[in-house]
Amino acid sequence: MQPEKTPDTVFEERKDFILTKGKHKQQLKCDADSLAGCVSQRACVYCGARVVLNPITDAVHLVHGPIGCASYTWDIRGSLSSGPELYRFSFSTDLKEEDIIFGGEKKLARAIDELVGKYHPGLVLVYSTCIVGVIGDDLEAVCRAASRRHGIEVIPVQSSGFIGNKSAGYRAACDALLRIIRPPKGKGLPGSRSINYLGDFNLAGEVWIIKDYLRQMGVDMNVSFTGDSRYETLKGAAGASLNIVQCAGSMIYLANKMEELYGIPFLNVSFLGLEDTAQSLRKIASWFGDGGVAARAEELIERESAGAGKRLEWYRERLQGKKAAVYVGGGFKAISLIKQFREIGIDVVMIGTQTGRKEEYETISELVDEGTVVLDDANPSELEKFMLEKGAHLLVGGVKERPLAYKLGVAFIDHNHDRKHPLSGFVGAVNFAGEVYSTLCSPVWKYVGGGIL
Amino acid sequence: MSDKTAHCRNYNENPCSMCMPMGGILPFKGIGQSMVIIHGSQGCSTYMRRHIAEHFNEPIDVASSSLNEKGTIYGGEENLKQGLDNLIKAYRPRVIGVLTTCLAETIGEDIDRIAAEYRLERGLGRECPIIAVPTPGYGGTHFEGYWLALKKIAGLAGRVPEHSRLNVIIPNLSPADIREIKRILDLMEAEYILLPDFSDTLDRPFERPYKKLPDGGTKLSDITAMGGSRATIQMGTTVDESVSPGRYLEKEFGVPLYNIPVPMGIESTDLFVSLLSRITGHPVPDELARERGRLLDCMIDSHKYNFRGRSVIFGEPELVSAIAATCIENGIFPVVLATGSKTEKMSLLLRPRLAEHHVKCLFLTEADFFTIREQSVRLKANIAIGHSDGRYLTEREGIPLVRAGFPIHDRVGGQRLLSVGYSGTTMFLDRVTNTLLENKYRNYRSSMYRKFYRGDEKDTVR
Repeated sequence: MQPEKTPDTVFEERKDFILTKGKHKQQLKCDADSLAGCVSQRACVYCGARVVLNPITDAVHLVHGPIGCASYTWDIRGSLSSGPELYRFSFSTDLKEEDIIFGGEKKLARAIDELVGKYHPGLVLVYSTCIVGVIGDDLEAVCRAASRRHGIEVIPVQSSGFIGNKSAGYRAACDALLRIIRPPKGKGLPGSRSINYLGDFNLAGEVWIIKDYLRQMGVDMNVSFTGDSRYETLKGAAGASLNIVQCAGSMIYLANKMEELYGIPFLNVSFLGLEDTAQSLRKIASWFGDGGVAARAEELIERESAGAGKRLEWYRERLQGKKAAVYVGGGFKAISLIKQFREIGIDVVMIGTQTGRKEEYETISELVDEGTVVLDDANPSELEKFMLEKGAHLLVGGVKERPLAYKLGVAFIDHNHDRKHPLSGFVGAVNFAGEVYSTLCSPVWKYVGGGIL
Repeated sequence: MSDKTAHCRNYNENPCSMCMPMGGILPFKGIGQSMVIIHGSQGCSTYMRRHIAEHFNEPIDVASSSLNEKGTIYGGEENLKQGLDNLIKAYRPRVIGVLTTCLAETIGEDIDRIAAEYRLERGLGRECPIIAVPTPGYGGTHFEGYWLALKKIAGLAGRVPEHSRLNVIIPNLSPADIREIKRILDLMEAEYILLPDFSDTLDRPFERPYKKLPDGGTKLSDITAMGGSRATIQMGTTVDESVSPGRYLEKEFGVPLYNIPVPMGIESTDLFVSLLSRITGHPVPDELARERGRLLDCMIDSHKYNFRGRSVIFGEPELVSAIAATCIENGIFPVVLATGSKTEKMSLLLRPRLAEHHVKCLFLTEADFFTIREQSVRLKANIAIGHSDGRYLTEREGIPLVRAGFPIHDRVGGQRLLSVGYSGTTMFLDRVTNTLLENKYRNYRSSMYRKFYRGDEKDTVR
């Protein structure tokens, strides 16, 4: 049997998760278990929880499980801190065979005791992994006892890998956050303009950029979830008068709960791209219904978009007509990217997410052009097939997708938690265009077409 | 100075190791047209793919049985079988590795039985063997996972007539290193079977059309033939007997085993080349002799700079041993040698060589980076050699890091780092010496000023 070109299969079971706009009438299926053996790009519950909680900078992040889970998540994210650095350490109970047989509760309790003695944190987050869910360690009880012993907060994060997909991990993280937040001491000061910012992890200082915009408008950022956040400030989140939600996939649950429990309303926002950023700032200003805020917002938008717009124009002239493929974690990012590409003259011809929600896919399907392929929980074979079929010049994705794009001779944009440059706000929009230009217009592509002779 | 290990530690702070199935994936990537499925929850395969992809800058496709809650409670057999069906449909592999995880092992999945049953049910004939490897994450580190998978792969060797080829068993080296070992074998006109061989599969040239399964890797027919080889050279001096593929081939088929260190540094490369010469009866060609001469020349040119080095070396035991041996030869004496694995062998191998030079060195096994960092500072290390996870040594302690081993995720080119053979060692040494020099040039003006300058007489009183 000679190795032959592998078939570009789309599995029968996967067909409902892929649609071409204009061709298919039915709705895209999503939020289901991944198909075994088809090489899904998704991670696990633990991953989802860790991504959301890890930016809490002064907490001990203790993984209760075997070493791998802690190893693969150690300081690989670009979340920045304005002070404490404890979150950049990865702690693990490093469970071994004997712990699996006899249970890991005692080891966990001792680990917490030692870590509290060493680092004196106000908050310890204990992540459960697959194995903990199976051997039946009572995380809740161990954490409660430790909490009492040390007079600090020790919170279990129920993130066993097999209980769902990454979204279940977001939920587990939000549940942990809800346990940190204290009920407000009376109503916030009347007329106070204090908001929480949900769903930004301060990659390359993105929270700081937005915080500064809000400050210029005369709005205070109370707590950011969870980029550059600390235990003490998180506790006071219920004191805000408004929540704004960016990464809805991970944080909409928390926003809903805070509305239900503390009566804090929320707005969906996006600070990716000029259009979204300006629109979001206006939305916030108009919610406060304060002329001063609105005027300052307009001033800021005008000043910032003038410079940024000119630079985007330069890029647009050079990028016009190129085609992009997008495969990212969540729906919010995907939606913003469609608009952001439009700002620089690029059409999105393929777009998918790992854990997008039904409403998000509806928006995506509305936004994209006829003929664009939309897909949920894709695998490398599908990404390859549709990128080539649709003639994409560029892929947006994470670390796993990058080498595939390069091997296909396709340019690539890193839009993941590892990046070291901001893509938010006006400055981020220009960075984004600059990155697109740097990869699409690099001289290297000149050489991929031919051989030596 | 006594060795330190961490059996009774209650937590690991900044791991210096990864888990068993991660290590198990790598040798399969060096088998021609092979595919791996991880029996466990979806995240395991994704994390490992991400880590491996970042090091090699190659697409790493690894399937998962995507165990969910139901599969965990009632058994994951159906998930695994469906996973196998799908990966065969999409990839048409010629070999399949099934690796387990913590989850699969703890719920008691019998993958040998499932694999055998699956072959029967689907009527798979001789082609497309399925190799099951039990790799619970808590069973050991990626180092043990690598060797166990390799031993299971060697299990495909058959009782075949004796032939003149040599088995060469390769630890977790870079693709560039594997290519260099092949070049030396070719120069020595040795006929050989290399296991595994990811020199092409994990460092592919850019070419079109893209192939889901890359060309290259050890051929299945060659693995079968390993049972009839004239000898096995295994670069695995720190490998436990229970997971040694070379030992297995010796016991099962009587193939004599030469278990040697990675040919890095002059002594170990001499050993490899002379062993090849002895087995094949071929003389050492002039080209290799000249390369050796150049290495010696480099060692002499740099020896005084190197002698200032106090090294901390960490990673998988086999590589740590190889690097340490090279450093000892050059006077870059190690003060800390550390591995995340549980092994006595590293210290047994290196103690006598250290004693020759009256060098005191601390051995850390089952180490984490908290301990490595703490001890490196205490013992005044001024150069670190190892993978990217040692980067805090630089960031927090100012000890420069020469990247070597796996994973390298904060620099490019981990797959292209050449460190074996006479030429590779020369390149490795230059990287180390230049790092020492860079640090010296950065600091000597200010440090001499601080040490000796006491000001002009007129401004001594302040």
